[in-house]
Amino acid sequence: MNYVEKFQNVSVLGAAGKMGSGILLLTAIEMADMSLKPENKDKLFILYAVDINQKALGGLMKYIQAQVFKAAEKKTIALRKVYADRKDLIDNLEIIEQYVKDVMNIIRPVTTLESAYESNIIFEAASENPDLKIKMFSQINQNSKVKPWFLTNTSSIPIGYLDKEAKLEGRVLGVHFYNPPAVQKLVEVIKSEKTVAELPEFATQLIKNLRKIEVPSNDFAGFIGNGHFMRDALYGMNEAVKLSAQMPLIESIYSINKITQDYLIRPMGIFQLIDYVGIDVCQYIMKVMKPHVTDEDIHSPLLDKFMEMGVKGGQNSDGSQKDGFLKYEKGKVTGIYDPETKQYIAIESFAAKCDAKLGALPTTIKPWKAVVGNPAKEEIFKQYFAELKTMDTLGAKMATLYAIRSKAIGQKLVSDKVAFNEKDVNTVLLTGFFHAYGPINDYLN
Amino acid sequence: MKLRKKIYMVAGYNTISMGTGRKEFNPKKERPGLEEYMKEAGQAVLKQIGGAANVDECVVGNFIAARFNRQANMAGFFPFVDEGLKYKPCTRVEGACGTGALALMNGIKSVLAETAEVVLVVGIEVQNTVKAIYGADILAAAGWSKERKDGHAYFFPGKFSDRAGHYYEKFGKEKTRKAMAKWFVNAMENARLCSTAQEFHNTSKDLEALGMMEPNGRSFVDNLNVFDCSKVSDGASALAIVSEEGLKRCGIDKKDAIEVIGFGQTENDITKPPADHTKLDTTAAAVKKALEMANITKEQIGTVECHDCFTIAGIMATEAIGFAEHGKGIDFVLAGNTSRTGEVPFNTTGGLIGWGHPTGATGVHQAVTILEQLTGKAGDAQINIKPNRPYGLTINMGGDDKTLVSIVYKKAE
Repeated sequence: MNYVEKFQNVSVLGAAGKMGSGILLLTAIEMADMSLKPENKDKLFILYAVDINQKALGGLMKYIQAQVFKAAEKKTIALRKVYADRKDLIDNLEIIEQYVKDVMNIIRPVTTLESAYESNIIFEAASENPDLKIKMFSQINQNSKVKPWFLTNTSSIPIGYLDKEAKLEGRVLGVHFYNPPAVQKLVEVIKSEKTVAELPEFATQLIKNLRKIEVPSNDFAGFIGNGHFMRDALYGMNEAVKLSAQMPLIESIYSINKITQDYLIRPMGIFQLIDYVGIDVCQYIMKVMKPHVTDEDIHSPLLDKFMEMGVKGGQNSDGSQKDGFLKYEKGKVTGIYDPETKQYIAIESFAAKCDAKLGALPTTIKPWKAVVGNPAKEEIFKQYFAELKTMDTLGAKMATLYAIRSKAIGQKLVSDKVAFNEKDVNTVLLTGFFHAYGPINDYLN
Repeated sequence: MKLRKKIYMVAGYNTISMGTGRKEFNPKKERPGLEEYMKEAGQAVLKQIGGAANVDECVVGNFIAARFNRQANMAGFFPFVDEGLKYKPCTRVEGACGTGALALMNGIKSVLAETAEVVLVVGIEVQNTVKAIYGADILAAAGWSKERKDGHAYFFPGKFSDRAGHYYEKFGKEKTRKAMAKWFVNAMENARLCSTAQEFHNTSKDLEALGMMEPNGRSFVDNLNVFDCSKVSDGASALAIVSEEGLKRCGIDKKDAIEVIGFGQTENDITKPPADHTKLDTTAAAVKKALEMANITKEQIGTVECHDCFTIAGIMATEAIGFAEHGKGIDFVLAGNTSRTGEVPFNTTGGLIGWGHPTGATGVHQAVTILEQLTGKAGDAQINIKPNRPYGLTINMGGDDKTLVSIVYKKAE
């Protein structure tokens, strides 16, 4: 079965979720583009959007339609060629509307897993729960006659473990998209020891067609992305707890968040990133990783504490940020959660005091926005970190140690053979986390 | 052919050309519509000519509000502009992007026919109502509808990209691209001096680098970049066309008027491709007629407002007028002849690329600019009109060199 034939019947599990909807969108467009090629004219393409939430499926179809419209508007030049033989379609608008219909016509929203029994390819983007994934995979695998390929979007569960538990005989591959899949360029691809050779070949072709960047990772819990992020977050949370011996916890959280955003020139501070991913999701990923990581304790009592209080972060269905460690108003951080009083304390009431403790900012500091696309950023970072490491302020010292730790995490991913090389680690942080520089660098040497 | 009586243009007015580039423009917020632009431009002229009572007739030039704004029967807006215009003869005319000058021609002909002494002329278009990809569908109506299916998604940029491609092939791509970039630089420099121009707020530092950006056929067209193109604009321009009698009636001094001394209106077959893609033949024919009627030579022209919907169209216009031989328009532009301090400054408030291109208004805007320049009222954008080159010339084009009007003006005496 070739690439096109494989794509004639596909299911996305957890299609109405944050990751699932993005994967569904990309897959639907890829399948529609194939179906519109003259040689595929008589072939039937079916894409099941599987989700248990009936209401969410309705929202999903609206979301997909709006997104396909936008995608079509961007590629109208090419679409005019695709529909060149359709004499009835003249205006761009007519062509765009036809394309949207053609994409939507491929998708079948369903609530039952049975539909997936016919599918050659199963994209899985259900919640990060090993037992749930294993249960679904086994059920489909046992009932399917086509020996389907399972492409899981897990960000932490070892692929070999899923394979073994669900008895998939090597027909499973980690294809980890980043959030949101329609926008983010990075895809981590994870083979287990047993993964059948055709799967990664298929994934490479798909990722190339989607114009995304593939980074291979070995099959260790957390892979490269969460392998770095979870350890980086743990370090940040532990530092905040340590620092809280000298100041209230809200102030130490504020300080570490500021150090990781401003001093380290990242798109967001570590606590904001944890909120973005979700405190609950982070806790869950650590829980999944923990048994597979023996030389470190992948566990945060601080996360547990906040979860117990019902502070979870994550995003609303419209993409806006829910409150977590931090409070957000119109996308801006305005407060920090105080577990003592169980309420958010306005940052402005203590920020100046904390900033004074951290000390003066380095003179060569620049905001992330000003550097990320700057062609001269290499030089800017060299100069900046050279200044940072010579400074004696609390902020500069902690930032320097943080950067050293971040680099060590990256290097350990390579020495542990999670990543094939240092470049892959940097690529994941640059493209998946929008960092302006890779963690493995010589700026502090 | 000679003009049987004197024709004057007075009381010019331009609204802002609104669209991307203007600080006040926000595609997500509600903006003025046809009604506001008609009122602003129409009332501004009426105020200068002593009110609606002095007007005999009105003409509105509008290309295609029927699709951009779901509005036809545009003449009906004149009594809305001023109640005093109720029951007066009002007409709407259309000739794609050449609409504005057709409106001027209607006014001129009414005065010549002695059916009116004072004609109020408004050109208007409000195009930011749809995304550019759908605006391209609407504007494609300026071409032959049977060509739309095989045309580019961006139909008109596609047409002029083809022309540019032929020009590159015949006369060299590198120099042509440089001349196109120079045209763009001139347009921006002029627009920055005119407060109603769409590019008035432009602060780009390296304009030439922008102009030289390599075209990308995958995201746009093969031979033009976005800086080679006029933008999507909302706006209106208006003036009054009057006889001697009309001047007196409106109490306007001749020093505030320009006189139309020649015009050429030409048409070409909309179903036929250009005989030579590197030439604007219909434009050349219109300019020739206009100069003949005015009985002047091109060497006496002090400033030109030409139809630079695309940089390449501006370059070809220099050849169509005869300032440069075929294929030498690029040298003419590169030598600085068309810049504001050059031998014959072109498009002194930015032209279609810099000032903006609210399609139905453009022809009227060109006349208003000449009126301002020849009467010394162009403000910061004022150029020096040399005594040996006292005349102004406009060229307004509809479609791909199909519907053409060229007019020669001089300061009224």
